[in-house]
Amino acid sequence: MTSIYLGIDVGSVSTNIIALDTDGNLIASVYLRTRGQPIPAIQEGLREIRATLGQEVTVAGVGTTGSGRGLAAVMTGADVVKNEITAHAVAASKVVPGVQTVLEIGGQDSKIIILRQGVVTDFAMNTVCAAGTGSFLDQQAARLGIPIEDFGRLALEARNPVRIAGRCAVFAESDMIHKQQQGHPLEDIVAGLCEAMVRNYLNNVGKGKEILPPVVFQGGVAANAGMRRAFSRALGTEVIVPEHYGVMGAYGAALLAREAGPKTSAFRGFELTERDFRTGGFECRGCANHCEVVELREENEVLARWGDRCGKWSNAVAV
Amino acid sequence: MKVTFPHMGHLWLVLKAALTGIGLEVVVPPPCTRRTLELGVRHAPESACLPLKVNLGNFLEAQELGADTIIMAGGVGPCRIGYYSQVQGEILRDLGCAYEMIVFEPPDVHFSEVWDKIKYLNRRPWQEGVHGVIMAWLKACAVDALEQEVQRLRPREASSGMADAVFRRALQELDAAGSRREINRVVKEKKEELAALPRRPDVRVLRVGIVGEIYTVLEPLVNLDIEKRLGALGVEVVRGLFLSRWINDNLFKGLLPLPGHHPEKTAPPFLNHFVGGHGWESVGDTVTFARRGCDGVIQLAPLTCMPEIVAHSVMPAVQQATGIPVMTIYLDEQTGEAGLQTRLEAFVDMLRRQKGVKAG
Repeated sequence: MTSIYLGIDVGSVSTNIIALDTDGNLIASVYLRTRGQPIPAIQEGLREIRATLGQEVTVAGVGTTGSGRGLAAVMTGADVVKNEITAHAVAASKVVPGVQTVLEIGGQDSKIIILRQGVVTDFAMNTVCAAGTGSFLDQQAARLGIPIEDFGRLALEARNPVRIAGRCAVFAESDMIHKQQQGHPLEDIVAGLCEAMVRNYLNNVGKGKEILPPVVFQGGVAANAGMRRAFSRALGTEVIVPEHYGVMGAYGAALLAREAGPKTSAFRGFELTERDFRTGGFECRGCANHCEVVELREENEVLARWGDRCGKWSNAVAV
Repeated sequence: MKVTFPHMGHLWLVLKAALTGIGLEVVVPPPCTRRTLELGVRHAPESACLPLKVNLGNFLEAQELGADTIIMAGGVGPCRIGYYSQVQGEILRDLGCAYEMIVFEPPDVHFSEVWDKIKYLNRRPWQEGVHGVIMAWLKACAVDALEQEVQRLRPREASSGMADAVFRRALQELDAAGSRREINRVVKEKKEELAALPRRPDVRVLRVGIVGEIYTVLEPLVNLDIEKRLGALGVEVVRGLFLSRWINDNLFKGLLPLPGHHPEKTAPPFLNHFVGGHGWESVGDTVTFARRGCDGVIQLAPLTCMPEIVAHSVMPAVQQATGIPVMTIYLDEQTGEAGLQTRLEAFVDMLRRQKGVKAG
């Protein structure tokens, strides 16, 4: 019987689950689209992990991260619940010891993490703008009629990348349409878009940060060769894309669970993939805040509630 | 005349005491809620900063309770609060609200401008009015003293929320208190209650300073209860901005022997000038907190706040020189709390790991 650690990263766009062996090696990973429904995504992911590993595994620890980390933690019984910054930094340090800069671009957010001597010293996340994120790339690829998988390869074929405004997604889009109508070839526009996105990222997220090598680039967008090249050009240094770039958050969460080393894991068992979980919500009328309270139920039992400011509902359930 | 005023944290308690003290009928606006924000956002210009919108919401909600006169603070720039009262007055007029607005701001020519307004409002013999103002001042000091206790306790209490429950009761009792003796009794009793709360054994508490624009620092609706969130993450919050200190610095011109802000001493060489609002203080306080051994600083500001943008741009130099990590958070009308929570958790994690390295 093998012992494993699970890492679960529930993001806005993708839900990733990975399994580590007791030495910290990644032995299975699943990348799924969340599609706004984290619960089935988590169940599906766990099913696939179990299918890959076979029946004979015991779970020694579970870590969750991502914007859905709270939900995932209650549902699966997590031992460690960590924010994405810490999870990504831990994973990057494991893969590239001595890493000093982590660039991470996911579906709806992007972040930069600065490390010195293995410790996070500074970080930033995009706040008000989604121009540099995966969703925007997805959307533009769809508009140009190119499968997102070919987007990066196409960008590499460009000979004269066109200049596209990078400050704002709306400006970028109208600039792109204008350049298209002028007759610029598609690959030049796509490459120009990658450069604009990198400029936007460095100006907004990377603003004021000292970006030193080694630089690791991770998150779903690191799959895009055009973005990789645009980054290494803009920074004037090699950009390392780790093998498991798409699941680094989950990897970090699993590493943290392993580091915490719980005596017995709180994991509720792979059977949870077959149970009936539901979320529901209601608006509390207790005061004028009208908080939108969300609750997670398993069959008829309420597992957790959250979303209330005063704690009236969330404290009513022992988590 | 039924007077009202905008909310800013616990300011209502102090203003209510002062205004009732000079014989006015006071309508305290309902506590800031999402509805307040929605009302303000609906009627204010989109590009205005958040405090203007929430204030406007307060005025509209107070009118539903019968208020007909607004007492508002003004200013002479560069912070935009100087034009709040003008813009809000116009908006309220357009909405058909028959409000009279009395604005207190630094006088153009002579202090008599302020004096005339006070005379206009005062309904009582002077001695009684003065008594009311003294009550208000004592209440401000009492609230601040207790709140500092609560800030210290939040990371240490056995189950979170207990200290805040005591504090909430303290605010009610202070509001009802009518004499110096009663105020002192409330402070003493509540301090004892707080001291008796069960603590968590062996917690490693971090200290984080909060600096920034006063409204976002003091109003929990707007900063999404950042101090409680940090407390729950094991952080003791310290800040330089308190009502009593602000009153002493601004209204009494630092006459009382309290620790005041001295950005002219602490902020240079990073920032050598007043830049409006509390931008200068933000830089100065960050330096002060670094010297006092805080683990980190969080700067708060409403989105597009010019003074704090200036301070923000200076922060990397302060960080480098003093070694204290600074995180800046701009607040706007978003009520999604996940983004803020993630940043706070990440910041606290970072500080803990750094501290671990230093200690090890």
